Formats: sequence, structure tokens, C-alpha cells
Amino acid sequence: MNIHEYQAKALFEKFGVPVPKGAAAKSAAELDTALAQLPEGPTMVKSQIHAGGRGKGTFTNGFKGGVKFCKTKAEAKDIAGKMLGNTLVTVQTGAAGRKVQTIYFTVASDIKKEYYLAILLDRATSRPVIVASTEGGVEIEKVAHETPEKLFKIFVDPAYGLADFQVRELIFKLGFAGSEAKNAAKLIRTLYNAYWESDAAMIEVNPLISTPTGEILALDAKVSFDDNALFRHPEIVALRDLNEEDPKEIEASKFSLSYIALDGNIACLVNGAGLAMSTMDIIKHFGGSPANFLDVGGGASKDQVVAAFKIILGDPNVKGIFVNIFGGIMDCNVIATGIVEAVKEVGLKLPLVVRLEGNNVAAGKATLASSGLALVSGDTMADAAQKIVKLVAA
Amino acid sequence: MSILISPETKILVQGITGDFGGRHAKLSLDYGTKVVAGVTPGKGGQFFEHKEHRVPIFNSVADAVKATGATVSVVFVPPPFAGDAILEGVDAGLELVVAITEGIPVKDMVRVKRTMQGSKTRLVGPNCPGVVTPGTGKDSFGGCRIGIAPGYIHKKGHVGVVSRSGTLTYEAVFQLTSKNIGQSTCVGIGGDPVNGTSHLDVIKMFNDDPETHGIILIGEIGGNAEVEAARWIKANVKKPVAGFIAGATAPAGRRMGHAGAIVGGAEDTAEAKIAVFKECGIEVAITPSDMADALLRSAKAKGVKLS
Repeated sequence: MNIHEYQAKALFEKFGVPVPKGAAAKSAAELDTALAQLPEGPTMVKSQIHAGGRGKGTFTNGFKGGVKFCKTKAEAKDIAGKMLGNTLVTVQTGAAGRKVQTIYFTVASDIKKEYYLAILLDRATSRPVIVASTEGGVEIEKVAHETPEKLFKIFVDPAYGLADFQVRELIFKLGFAGSEAKNAAKLIRTLYNAYWESDAAMIEVNPLISTPTGEILALDAKVSFDDNALFRHPEIVALRDLNEEDPKEIEASKFSLSYIALDGNIACLVNGAGLAMSTMDIIKHFGGSPANFLDVGGGASKDQVVAAFKIILGDPNVKGIFVNIFGGIMDCNVIATGIVEAVKEVGLKLPLVVRLEGNNVAAGKATLASSGLALVSGDTMADAAQKIVKLVAA
Repeated sequence: MSILISPETKILVQGITGDFGGRHAKLSLDYGTKVVAGVTPGKGGQFFEHKEHRVPIFNSVADAVKATGATVSVVFVPPPFAGDAILEGVDAGLELVVAITEGIPVKDMVRVKRTMQGSKTRLVGPNCPGVVTPGTGKDSFGGCRIGIAPGYIHKKGHVGVVSRSGTLTYEAVFQLTSKNIGQSTCVGIGGDPVNGTSHLDVIKMFNDDPETHGIILIGEIGGNAEVEAARWIKANVKKPVAGFIAGATAPAGRRMGHAGAIVGGAEDTAEAKIAVFKECGIEVAITPSDMADALLRSAKAKGVKLS
């Protein structure tokens, strides 16, 4: 689960991570109240959407830049009015962009130098890793590729937690000294606590800054959480912004379906994540283009199949459907009956290819064949994929 | 022979009185697996009954081990309590704990894995279909089935299968069995970013097992476990190996069902992993329908008989 920058900053403050003073507004009426909480002077205006590249983005109304520096609060209010309620397109949003529903104002800090700091899981060691760099405010992938010597990693032993010597090591490598070193140590410690205690999947601060007065601040904040741990963090679940999620994905999650929209035209309905991924792959392999990832899980009950069909058909790009089920424990005939009932209920008019394999498959195929529905059976995944690609191309 | 488990292995089920655990304990009993104990705290002294079977239930893993001599546990305990259940098995000195539970918090697994360092217990999973060593009976019955895989699709033989994904494992096994090629052991290591046994661990065991003549390695996008396994195979494995990587069409930054299946960098894409497979002499299955055929191609090239 992702949260907005203003929510991440509030989380940071709760754990004592130093951030520039800021306030959020969700409507034109709230702009004044938010700005009243900040001192007069240079102010940043930041569009709140769950996507990167905001600063270089363009609004569909032509206004350029989703993050702006303003010399005064009056100017900040004016600029915020141009962003709020409008749609921002960035490199990460896709052409449709995202509607800006919240504006975050912060005091514009004097920047002496920019750094990079992130905490996430290192899969190779199964430990949290702190990644830091003296090159902040730029794409970290670029730093990793071009100047890997400027990227530092600290692996944290979960049995002991972040050790003092590790914090010192990081601070020396980043070149902090004096009051900067002291403040940086505090920020790294508190940020690690925020990561660990809130079950974050990743915390990224880019840039982390030093100021001419020796402060160390998290200027930006990107935080995502481990979905598996949300059950013990109701305060984080409350931060979920459904406006930032695909309505079809929200609907799918209600039926324990795992759905991700893609931009192709062949919808897939599959049981199991690995099989669902490779179903998309095989469609592509035979020249088609998958419209989605959809895992109905191990069970694939009738209700789930009906819900899955409805979600798939909600995508106007879909020109055909590929159902790929390996009924291991589940009786294939039960699944086939579910498919037939689902198709009748939603009144399907698109080509449908079903590949069914596993337990009691002969009865399942007979049920499909005698249903009177205009569906095509595939014997193997490859056979079925070629059939649906051909039907959609026709 | 086989790896990890054999038809003689005595297993206990943590969470046997739950709906999910109970259903699969019954299927394992039907398969002929020696399910000798169940563990549900507070239900010790009761019995889990299924047909002619009467499996005693214990309050703790330690009690169950002491009374029955079980050496392997399968965990069906719900996610908030699953990490604890795994550690209980470790504390009781089990040889192997297979965690089926899906949705365990990553932080819990980070702590569990660290705590397990230096212990003699091996963990398979979590979020995995389990382990099957097929038996000699009809539809491979009489084997050891730990977890949720359909037993009947297997056939006793000489191919080892290792995969992160359940249904893709079944797909590979089904293709093999349909071609009359049996399996030594099939291991689902699970789709989570932090798991106990890696692809490489299983590959090493298959390589050492004289009864395993060929290996199918099924991977996914995300992480570098498949690459690590492939490099070791290049240096150490003479047996034929076929590989498949799921997720070539997955967009970067989106999690594909499994908690670990997400493309983070240039190294963990399907394309990058497939390139490493080829470089390491692994016969790549072009589509998932091609997994058994890919192994046959590799076996033919190396002059190895699989059945």
C-alpha cells in the first residue's frame, strides 16, 4: 500500500524524523487555513499523487509543473489553485494522468547539499538494507549504474537492530561532520525506527538535504507498506486513498481476486499467480496482447468467477477472454459449471477460449461442450493461447 | 530415493483443526502419507478422524514430536501466528518445516529467518504449495504429500521439480506424467521475498540425489535467486536442466500476485534471467507448455534417460 507525501511526512514527524514544516489542503477553502500554519516567506507547493516525476509533469489544462517554488504565501495560494482539482500527467502516471485532490505546502528550505537515503528489504540477505548516496535529487538508478562508488549500503541485523557503528559508518561515508553529523545520525535512527515499527516495504527520501545552518531534513518522502502486515496497523490502513487506485482493482480485492490492468485486449482469468503471469506471457508469445493479470486463487468459486468476468468486461479494450484453469484439488466440473453460469449471467458476447486441465477434466469439458455457449476449448495452454489470439485478430 | 522427504517420513500438521489444514490433512492421509499428529493449542487430547484414520492432536509441537516421533511439520496456521508456529517447530528440533500459509508479514519472516540461523531445521516456504515425493501405487499413491498439491498428477520417477509457484509446478508435473516421465521429488519454495529454502538449495540436493536424473527449474521475475542457481548449475551440474521464467509481460513496479514477483531493477526481469539460463546451459522452455519438452531436449543432448 502506498501513501501520499504529506501522509508520509506526518508519519516521519510521529517518529521524530526532521522534515520541513508543512500543511495540506484538500479544497480551495482549505488553502488559506493550511497556509496560515506556515510562516510568511518562500513556500513550496506540491501536488499530492501516488506517482513520481511530479516536478516535471504537466497538467491537462496546460499548466506546467506539479511541484513549484513560490516566493510568498500569496503566490503559493495562487499556484495551488491552478493545480487543485486538475489532472497531472507525469512519466509515471500514463497518458490519463491523475487528478490532484490534495495540495501540500511546505516551508521552502535553503539547500546546502542534496543526498539520497532509502530503507528497504534486501532479498539476498533477508535483512533490511539502508541505501545512501551523496548524489541526491537525481534518479538513483542512474547513480547506481554510472557511479556505484557513490552508493553506500548498510545491512541491518534484525536480531540486534541498527547498530551505532553502522550509523557512524554511513555518516562518515556521506561526509557529514560536526552538528551535521549529529543531526544526520538522529535522522537515520528515527527513519529506521519508522521503517521497522510501521512494517514499511520501502521508505525513500530523495532528496535528503543539509541546510546552511547544519540541519538535516527529509525534503521528500515516499513510503509504501507491506500489505501482509496491514492487519496490525489500522492507523495506516486509514491513510489508503482509493482515488489513487484502479476501480477495477478495488472491486477485485473485494472478491479476493488479484487483478492488475494492462493495456492489451485479451483478458485473462487464471488460478494461481505463477500460471496467471505465464498466461500473459504466452498470449504475447503468440502475437497477442494481454489486457490484465487476474488470479482467482486456488478455489475459483462460482461467485468469484462471476465477479471476475464482470471486472474483465468493465475494460472497454477487451476483445476476447482466455480462461486458463489448472484444477488440482478442485473438481474441473465444478469450475466448468461456474464458468457456464457466469457467462450466462453476464451475457458474454466476446470470443471465449477455455483451457481446463486437472481433476475430473473430462466431465468439465463435457459440461462446457453441452452448455450451448459459443466457447472454444483449448487442449494445452499453447493451443488455447493461439486460438484466442486468432479469434481476437479476426 | 528422493530429497527432503520419503514415503516413510512421519509428519505432523500445525493447524490441523482449521478448515484449510484439515482438508489437506485428509488428502494427505488418502494419498498414503504418514500423518502421525496434529497440533492445535488447547485441543490436545482430541483426535482428528478421517475414514479409518485417528490422528492424535497435541497442544504443542514438542509434545507431538515426543509422542509420535514426527520429524517434519506442515504449517497451515493463519498469517498473524504463522511465524511463531514455524519457530515452535524449530524449537522442537524438527528436520523440516513446510510453511503453506500465505500472507505472513515480511518483518515476521525476516525475524524468523534470522532466529533460525544455526538451527538444524530446514524451512520450505512460506506461501508455497509444499513438497511431494510420489509413491509407487496407482496415481503415485503411497507417497509423501506435504502441503496442498494434487497428489494424483504425480508419478514416481527421476525428475526433480523446483518452483516458486504452485499451479506452474502442477503444470510441469502434469506434462511430465502425461509423457510417462516420473518425478523424484517436487518442491514448491514459495512466492514470498523472504523464504527458507532457495532454488539453489534444492538444486544442490537434486544434484546429490542419485535417483534424480534431470531437473526442471521454474522461476519468476523479481530477486536474483534463479540467477544464483543458474550460475551454480553451470559450474557443478552435469544432469540435464530445463528452466522457465514467468512474468516476461509484467510491467515494472507492479506486484504480480506473489509478494516477491515484482520487477525492481534491470537484473530481475524475465529477459535478464532467461539470458543467464541460456548462458549457463539450461534449456529454456519457450512457453509454459514447453517445460517437459525442454527437459527432454536437454536429456537427449546429454544422452540421459529420464524414464
